[in-house]
Amino acid sequence: MAGTQVDTMPTVPPATATDLPPGVEPTDVLWDEVVAGGGYSWGVLPRGARLRLTDTHGDACAALLLHRADHPTERLNVADTVKVQWQAYLGEGALLLSGVGRVLAAVVEDTSGRHDALCGTTTARANEARYGEGAPHTACPNGRDHLALALTKAGRSRREVAPNINLFKGVTVEPDGALTFAGEPRPGAHVELRAEMPLLVSMANVPHPLDRRTAYTATALRVTAWRGDPAAIDDPARTATPEVERAYAATDMEMSR
Amino acid sequence: MTATPFSGEVLHDEVVDARAPWSHVVRSGQSLRIVDLGGNQAVDCVLFVADDPTERYSAPDTIAAQGNAFLTVGSVLLSTEGRPMMTVTGSTVERHDTIGGACSKESNALRYGFHTMAQHACVENFLHEMARHGLDARDLQSNINWFMNVPVDPDGTLGIVDGISAPGLWVEVRAAVDVLVVVSNCPQVNNPCNGFDPTPVRMVVTG
Repeated sequence: MAGTQVDTMPTVPPATATDLPPGVEPTDVLWDEVVAGGGYSWGVLPRGARLRLTDTHGDACAALLLHRADHPTERLNVADTVKVQWQAYLGEGALLLSGVGRVLAAVVEDTSGRHDALCGTTTARANEARYGEGAPHTACPNGRDHLALALTKAGRSRREVAPNINLFKGVTVEPDGALTFAGEPRPGAHVELRAEMPLLVSMANVPHPLDRRTAYTATALRVTAWRGDPAAIDDPARTATPEVERAYAATDMEMSR
Repeated sequence: MTATPFSGEVLHDEVVDARAPWSHVVRSGQSLRIVDLGGNQAVDCVLFVADDPTERYSAPDTIAAQGNAFLTVGSVLLSTEGRPMMTVTGSTVERHDTIGGACSKESNALRYGFHTMAQHACVENFLHEMARHGLDARDLQSNINWFMNVPVDPDGTLGIVDGISAPGLWVEVRAAVDVLVVVSNCPQVNNPCNGFDPTPVRMVVTG
């Protein structure tokens, strides 16, 4: 059995990963994995690491949570993320902010353009209503239970499953507040994040809560992370707006002491 | 409009000072009416299942289930496990916000400058009041902003703009389970959410 290769599994050791983004040295790879549709994964990344998520087959939806790895309570705050940047839609150049005014990660590449910071992920109850089942042991696992498992393994707990973002499936808000889902498959799209602080990354690859298809539809998610540097002191992304400039200044202060 | 009669016996009636926190357990079947006494006063609010506060209000689950980002009459406020906690049974304000989060010293610093770091903020109220119930920063997740107006433009631009509330307007919610309601009567003075003048609100529990 040992040595068996399947489509969805981690690359161990990660330095044996192939088909890497241009310029990435195999010896710098920290994490390489294909997460099955309906699966989850988690990992800890150092400050500066790049994390690339690829929707290889077009129906991945990465429900993503970020916690600061070296702090007990600092984590992604989606409301502050959209409010501080005055922008409800995530894309290249967006920062993922913590609840205490610092940058957890920056979106440095995005070929999808369709993401969601508002709708969170699914629950067992929601999946039972849509698919007839939703618990982790069933064929239709829900996002919340998966994220709770990831955080529990990481030494956290279910109550730390805060609102997440979704990558590769989008939601727009109409003037009357109505939420419009955008989910046509776009195979090959990727998003790359740069960790600006040490991160505990948790993700569930499960159908978006607004995905109305009656069949549980989730395809593989490629996860690749490699060593790198945080935003350089002269990176123009640091001065995009006064809010961004202050967020980086606060992050630099925290990381330098 | 405050003349609108209460549905049942008044069990608790209290005025929350401007800028102050408040908490109360609203039992299953009871209603809570929040009255905006001075007008344009945002009331930030989090909900916990009283028997198991690891289950709490979830803005994402609520808006995804109703397919709309705004809270209005008929909105069912869902928990993190997708369970109904409360229903908005009446409102003399057209809609309320649940995507704008709570103001904090730290987010104010990013939005308005580090000189605002000393100002009081909703997160301070929440953490102070939640600690009385054994809850900490991990438990502060998504919240409701009663009376607050946060439209999203077609290009995604999101702002906290002039309120649509006025003196005497109110919102009423009815509990489906026993709910610990924790409120911050928002002290924000850097944007129009409180008309730049935080004022008291009245909380009336009936049942």
